[in-house]
Amino acid sequence: MNTSVMIAALPELLGAVLLTLKLVALALLVGVVLALPTALARLSHILALRWAATAYVFFFRGTPLLVQIFLIYYGLSQFDAVRTSIAWVVLKEPFWCALIALALNTGAYTAEVFRGGILSVPHNQIEAARAIGMSPVTAFRRVIWPQAIRQALPAYGNEIILMVKASSLASTVTLMDITGVARTLASDTYMPIEIYTTAALIYLCLTYAMAQVIHLFERRMDVTRVRT
Amino acid sequence: MIRNLYAAAALALLSAQGAYALDIRIATEGAYPPFNLVDANGQLKGFDVDIANALCAEMQANCTIVAQAWDGIIPGLKAGKYDAIIASMSITDERKEAVDFTAPYYAAGAALVAPTQSDITFTLEGLSGKTIGVQRATTYAALLKDEFPGANVMTYDTVDNQNLDLKAGRLDGVVAQQVVMYDWLQQEGGDAFAFKGDPVIDPQYIGTGAGIAVNKGNTELLAAFDAALAAIKANGTYARINASYFPFSIAPQ
Repeated sequence: MNTSVMIAALPELLGAVLLTLKLVALALLVGVVLALPTALARLSHILALRWAATAYVFFFRGTPLLVQIFLIYYGLSQFDAVRTSIAWVVLKEPFWCALIALALNTGAYTAEVFRGGILSVPHNQIEAARAIGMSPVTAFRRVIWPQAIRQALPAYGNEIILMVKASSLASTVTLMDITGVARTLASDTYMPIEIYTTAALIYLCLTYAMAQVIHLFERRMDVTRVRT
Repeated sequence: MIRNLYAAAALALLSAQGAYALDIRIATEGAYPPFNLVDANGQLKGFDVDIANALCAEMQANCTIVAQAWDGIIPGLKAGKYDAIIASMSITDERKEAVDFTAPYYAAGAALVAPTQSDITFTLEGLSGKTIGVQRATTYAALLKDEFPGANVMTYDTVDNQNLDLKAGRLDGVVAQQVVMYDWLQQEGGDAFAFKGDPVIDPQYIGTGAGIAVNKGNTELLAAFDAALAAIKANGTYARINASYFPFSIAPQ
């Protein structure tokens, strides 16, 4: 292992951290916004809503993220109708294509995480909430959601870490994220072990930091813990 | 008499060596038409593959040709997954530090292709501010980086993907190997695009041409390839393969 190559590669690789973080943060944000209505629609009594949400989750959870990125980036650009539409302003850019794919993907997974959290709230609590006169919205906001989010947090933390790693696929559509820079450096230097090890260490730092933040939230939300 | 005996013995030894068929594993990329590609039946074909087969026939060797992704093709050779690379790999000093090369088996320049109506030129000012596609880890990527610093370069895993984006209108142009782009221009939809300016033939970037790469120190295989290459050039096999692909010669000078 040639450590001088690793050190020389570090500035360029660290420069790419910002793009990776931007992709992950925005994808997670959009993903949560998509996930909550999807989870509720999955639990809805209205058949059309349930059906639409199930189809969305089925597709984006059931197909590889790489295929989704290629479909959005290379697939959509094949249609003249897309290229002449206003959507092309967004779809022309590899960043937005990768972000759309990542967000739709994490949205589907997160919806399932939220659904699991909501289902974990005992039904008699909901009945009790309704019995004391809470509206369905109030019951959801004050009884179901606070407990659901606590139940879902460990699984959601997992999803955040998965997203950091999944963002590496953005390098396949010309983006110079950590993996994109690493691939270019590796092929310039012919030292793939050194370069990819450095990239892996950077990813480890990122996922470790995120795991710590999630852990902090878990502790803060743990009502059984004695506060000091 | 004695001399004749020696000659006979040497001949016997030589033909015995000839009968002992060498097993050679060769890697190509399979995504660089018309030099190497995978056809509809999943078979590898193209100029590189034809040359590989002609060389193997000349050497009377048993060859297996496998497809290997470009950015892992030298690491794969070093790891011993195959014995040689015949994949349109340009001979460069940088690569020579990692592998040994035969004499070049073809040479082609780096060309700029852009939409026909575009007024882009293949100059420092012409590419400045333009979005140019190129394949990752190629000499063309190095050319853009060093000589055209004003260009906004997008790197692709394959030339296919790079050309898809040219067609999609995400790129103002692409810089790639002249012959590869010549082939692409012949295909459906290629008539909307054209070569712009003269190709770069500076050996600093296009090298002395494409060579066959073997592991460092594998002199025996290297010599066998070089001898076979000279043989197929001399007996017309090379010219026949060349003519079946291009209306011009790509034999290195």
